[in-house]
Amino acid sequence: MLAYTARRLLMLIPVLLGMSLIVFAVVHAIPGDPAKTIAGDKATPEQLQEIRKNLGLDQPVYIQYFKYLQALLQGDLGTSLVNKTKISEEIGPFLAATAELSFVAIAIALFFGINLGILSTWRQNSWLDYGSMFIALIGVSIPIFWLGLMEQWLFAQELGWFPSNGRLDPRMEYEPITYFYIIDALLFGDMAMLGDVLKHILLPAIALGTIPMAIIARMTRSSMLEVMRSDYVRTARAKGISEFLVIYKHTLKNAMIPILTVVGLQLGLLLGGAVLTETIFSWPGVGRYIYDAINSRDYPVIQSGILVLAFIFVMINLIVDLLYAWIDPRIQYGKE
Amino acid sequence: MQTDNVQPPVTNLPEAGAVSHSTQQDNPARDFARAFFRHRSAVIGSVLVLIFIILAILAPVITPYDYTEPSADALAAPSAEHWFGTDDLGRDIFTRIVYGSRISLWVGFISIAGSIVVGSLLGLLAGYYGKWQDTLISRLFDIMLAFPSILLAIAIVAMLGPGLNNALIAIAIINIPTFGRLMRSRVLSVKVEDFVLAARAIGMKNSRILWHHILPNCWTPIMVQGTLSFATAVIEVAALGFLGLGAQPPDPEWGTMLSDARDYLQLAPWTMVFPGVAIMITVLGFNLLGDGLRDIFDPRMKQ
Repeated sequence: MLAYTARRLLMLIPVLLGMSLIVFAVVHAIPGDPAKTIAGDKATPEQLQEIRKNLGLDQPVYIQYFKYLQALLQGDLGTSLVNKTKISEEIGPFLAATAELSFVAIAIALFFGINLGILSTWRQNSWLDYGSMFIALIGVSIPIFWLGLMEQWLFAQELGWFPSNGRLDPRMEYEPITYFYIIDALLFGDMAMLGDVLKHILLPAIALGTIPMAIIARMTRSSMLEVMRSDYVRTARAKGISEFLVIYKHTLKNAMIPILTVVGLQLGLLLGGAVLTETIFSWPGVGRYIYDAINSRDYPVIQSGILVLAFIFVMINLIVDLLYAWIDPRIQYGKE
Repeated sequence: MQTDNVQPPVTNLPEAGAVSHSTQQDNPARDFARAFFRHRSAVIGSVLVLIFIILAILAPVITPYDYTEPSADALAAPSAEHWFGTDDLGRDIFTRIVYGSRISLWVGFISIAGSIVVGSLLGLLAGYYGKWQDTLISRLFDIMLAFPSILLAIAIVAMLGPGLNNALIAIAIINIPTFGRLMRSRVLSVKVEDFVLAARAIGMKNSRILWHHILPNCWTPIMVQGTLSFATAVIEVAALGFLGLGAQPPDPEWGTMLSDARDYLQLAPWTMVFPGVAIMITVLGFNLLGDGLRDIFDPRMKQ
C-alpha cells in the first residue's frame, strides 16, 4: 500500500507540471498586451515598458515560466488586475463557498441516487424500475444551467419558497469564522441563520447534484442487481429476514464499493459544474470568481482559479484511487 | 485512473462478439438491424435524433419567420401565430430553436469527428508502438483529463477569443483524450490476436497491419462513445454559449438564447423554457441511442 501510494504521488509530479504549463501557455497565448490592459489607453511607451519590466514580460518565455512556477511553489497565485489584491489571499472564502455547495450537492445526490437505484432493483422491470431509470436518464440529459434557471423561476419567483441567489440574507450580517456558513451557524448556535443558509443552498445544490444523482442511481442499480444474485443474499432471504434488511443491510453494503468510486469521481466533476451553477445563483464561489474574471479580462485570476480547481480535482481523484486500492487490495496489482 | 494499462494475457480466447471478422457466413448488417429495431431505447433515441436532423435540414420550409430580424411583437406569449412565443426583440422563438438545431448538430458533429480523428490516431500510435510514444501520449492524456473538461474548454476559449468556431475547437480538444484512451486500450487487446500475429509473421508492413487489421476491429467502441460524446458536446456548446463564450448574438444558439432569456425570467418564462427543452431532448436522443448501441454491440455491458 505504501509503495503504491508513493508511486501514485510520484506520478502526480509530471501531471501537475503539465497542468501548470498548459495554464501558463493558455494565458500567454491570449491576444492583447497585459501592460496595456493595466495602464489603460493613455499610457506612454515608457510607462508600458516599466510595467512590462515589473511583470517580467520583457524576459524570454521559458524564464517567465520558471519564475511563474517558482512563485506557484511558494503559494503565490499572482495578483488580480482588477482589485490589485493577492489571489492567494482572497481565494479562501470563494473556495469555502464552492466546497460547501459541492458537499451539500453530493449529499443530496447520494441520498436520492442510492434510493432511486434501490427502488428500481427492488421491483426490477416494473414501472417503478422504468420510472426511476427514466428520471436518471433525464438527470444525465438535462443542462444544469437550465435546470437552475427553471428552479429560480418556479421556486423563487412564482412560489417564493426559496431565495433565488446568494448564500445568506444580506440583512443578517455576521463575522465569518470558517467561511462554511453551515458550520459557522452551528458554531454560533444561531438557528435562524442556519435555516436561512439552508434555504439559500438548497436550489443551487439540487441543480449541481442532479447529474451525480442520476449517475449514482444507475450505478446503484447495476451494482445492486449483481450482488442480489449472490448466494448469501438468497440465504438471508431463506432465513426469513425482512426485505428491507436484506436490501439495506446485506446487499447495499457490498454494492457500495463501485458506488463510492463514482461518488469520488463525481465530486471532482462538480467543480466544473460549479462555474455554471454559481453563475446562475450568484453563489460567491470559485466558479463565480472565474466567471467574473472572464468578463473583466482579469487573466491572472482566470489562470489561478482554473489551476486551483484542477489541482483540487486531481487531489480528489488521487484520494479516491488510494481509498479504492485500500478497500479492495486487488486493484493495485492490476496496475502496471 | 489507469486501469487501461492492463495488458490482457496472451491466451487468445476469442472475445465474444467484440472481434468479428468478415468471413462469417451470416449477414452482420441484417443481424445488427434486427437487434437495433428490437432495442427500445435505440429506436426512441434515433427517432429523437432524426427529428432534429430533419428540423435542421428543412428549417426554411418549416417556419415562415426570419430568425434574426426583430419585429414589433416583443415578448408575446405562445399563440397559434408564434407557437413558442417571441423573445425580447420580437423574434419567433420556435423559428430560432429550429435554426438553432443546425448550430448544435453542426458543432456536435464537427467537434466530435475532429476529436475521433485526432484521438484515434494518437491512441493507435500509443497502443501499437508502445515505448516512448505511448509514455508521451498517455501522459498528455493524463494531464488533459486532470482538468474538469468544461474548465479546460473555458480556458481554451478565453485564449482563442469568444465565438462559435473557437467553442467548437475547444470542445474538440477536450474530447480527444476520451477517444485516445479508448482506442489505445482496444489496440492493446487486438494487437495480440492471432490474425495480427499471423499478418506480422508473413512480413506485412506496420502501416498495412494498422489500417487493414487493427483499425477495423477498434471502431465499434469508438462509434458508441462518439454517440454519447455527441450528447455532451451539445450541452458543452450550450454551456459556453450561456457563459457568453460560444455563439454570439444574433446567432440562434440555444445556450445563448437562454442567457438572453435570463432577464425576462418573470415577465416571459417561455423565452427560457423552450430552448432548454430543445437541448434536453437532443441530448436525451443521443444518450438513448448511445446506450442502445452499446447494449447491441457489447451484450456483456447490458444492465
